[in-house]
Amino acid sequence: MTVRRIMGTETEFGISVLGTPSANPMLASSQVVNAYASTSARSRRARWDFEEENPLRDARGFDLSRSAADPSQLTDEDVGLANLILTNGARLYVDHAHPEFSTPECTNPRDVVRWDKAGEQIIVTAANAVRIPDQNPIVLYKNNTDNKGASYGAHENYLMKRSTPFPDIVRHITPFFVSRQVICGAGRVGIGQDGQTSGFQISQRADFFEVEVGLETTLKRPIVNTRDEPHADPEKYRRLHVIIGDANLAEISTYLKVGTTSLVLAMIEDRALTADLAIDNPVSELHKVSHDPTLKHLVSLRDGRSMSALDLQECYLEQARDYVDAHLGADADKQTRDVLDRWESVLSRLRTDPVSCRRELDWVAKLALLESYRERDGLEWDDPKLRLIDLQYADLRPDKGLYQRLVARGSIDRLLTDDEVTRAVSEPPVDTRAYFRGRCLAQYPDRIAAASWDSVIFDLPGRDSLQRIPTMEPTRGTRHHVGELLDRCSTAEDLFEAITS
Amino acid sequence: MAREGGQQHKTARKTSEEDSPPESAPSEAASERKEKLDDDVDAILDDIDEVLESNAEEFVRGFVQKGGE
Repeated sequence: MTVRRIMGTETEFGISVLGTPSANPMLASSQVVNAYASTSARSRRARWDFEEENPLRDARGFDLSRSAADPSQLTDEDVGLANLILTNGARLYVDHAHPEFSTPECTNPRDVVRWDKAGEQIIVTAANAVRIPDQNPIVLYKNNTDNKGASYGAHENYLMKRSTPFPDIVRHITPFFVSRQVICGAGRVGIGQDGQTSGFQISQRADFFEVEVGLETTLKRPIVNTRDEPHADPEKYRRLHVIIGDANLAEISTYLKVGTTSLVLAMIEDRALTADLAIDNPVSELHKVSHDPTLKHLVSLRDGRSMSALDLQECYLEQARDYVDAHLGADADKQTRDVLDRWESVLSRLRTDPVSCRRELDWVAKLALLESYRERDGLEWDDPKLRLIDLQYADLRPDKGLYQRLVARGSIDRLLTDDEVTRAVSEPPVDTRAYFRGRCLAQYPDRIAAASWDSVIFDLPGRDSLQRIPTMEPTRGTRHHVGELLDRCSTAEDLFEAITS
Repeated sequence: MAREGGQQHKTARKTSEEDSPPESAPSEAASERKEKLDDDVDAILDDIDEVLESNAEEFVRGFVQKGGE
């Protein structure tokens, strides 16, 4: 059992045209994505291939009929909005009224952070490339709410064994999701969906969750989302689509978010979780944990016990630590050990000296900054300046974003070097099918008609029909499998011949 | 058992809240550390003051999003 599995993130960015609140966000989002396309010299733009998408397939075993679905759930209809596949294997497109970046498939938490960060760099480059006469600059935010009732997501995806019963996942992951915000919350000024009650809370997203389990992502948001669209062999895999997380800027927040979640999922797959932590009222406890930055709130369990979010997290940590020690001992890989050590360190400091986590965790960094302003300027929580600090923390412009400023002055710890992030802007991970997709797009740009997570479609000279290469197995198409082949094939025709002969 | 571990922490913390230890005088090293922290905070706020948008109320009001996902 390790932190390793196929996983990735999807981020919807907040978008505004400076000084123009009436600007059309769909138009601005399209401008951003199209501007990124124009920064590359490619003559042809590959389409997204929707053939294998099933956004209405439910993990509980049924399909929602299309007529019963809310129009926002029909994500597989190509509505002509901008949609790009990049040479790093990622997808950049317009989802409703936001530009969205999906990382390529990664195999470990550190790589997820790396391509998630590359996504920030890509979206900023894209916004800077928009040149519309008489239009003010477009600014992008990595946050999840406008504090006026709207929320947009930062999703995570984890590939799991199909053989794991879905009810087991729901039972064990729900208490984990209710409590993990104390580590990976991004912090928010304002309570309630419209943020109108004054105060600070740990999570951007918590107040927008209304049910325990469900298929929706935009209405009645569920703690556990049941979308069952593996983009891989459905006999073998399911994809857990996690919609409850906040958009994190701090690298260590993202690292711990996906690292600890991957570990807990591994224990669920191996039926290794013995503690029953079922929560009496998960939705209302989710809100209460978020509303208590002192971390003292006690969550009521179904068996009558009460535990704080830190107690719950420690319970998962102890089980993970015991499990890794028992099964791997000294053979555990470095990253699994590192995630366990950092998880333990952060939990123990959140108990004794939370502010010591301000170099690692978004909500603590944000709260420390807000408290400093409150002390110096005597501000109450309803002061617009504190709301501005919350918003501007997520501004992605290097000169304006407060997170960016904290990093620049060395007040935030990092996992990655700038160079690693910059390379991930154009290069795919080498150990998943994203490698094949990314390299094909880089090497044969004019011969790729379309692509998606599970296919690359070639338009080859001398052939009337398009040729589809399925990539249903996420662990294949790696540098190890196809690196040499791609090095050898100077044209798409050569490659297609070599693969199909 | 891990399950009991969680409860122990809770009990342990409750006890420490009830009989809170007497405040000990901060050591020299600790007060030096606090001074350094205060300097850092001042420097951070000066840095942030320079980049904060000027009309907070208007700027925050103008940030209106449509739902997503």
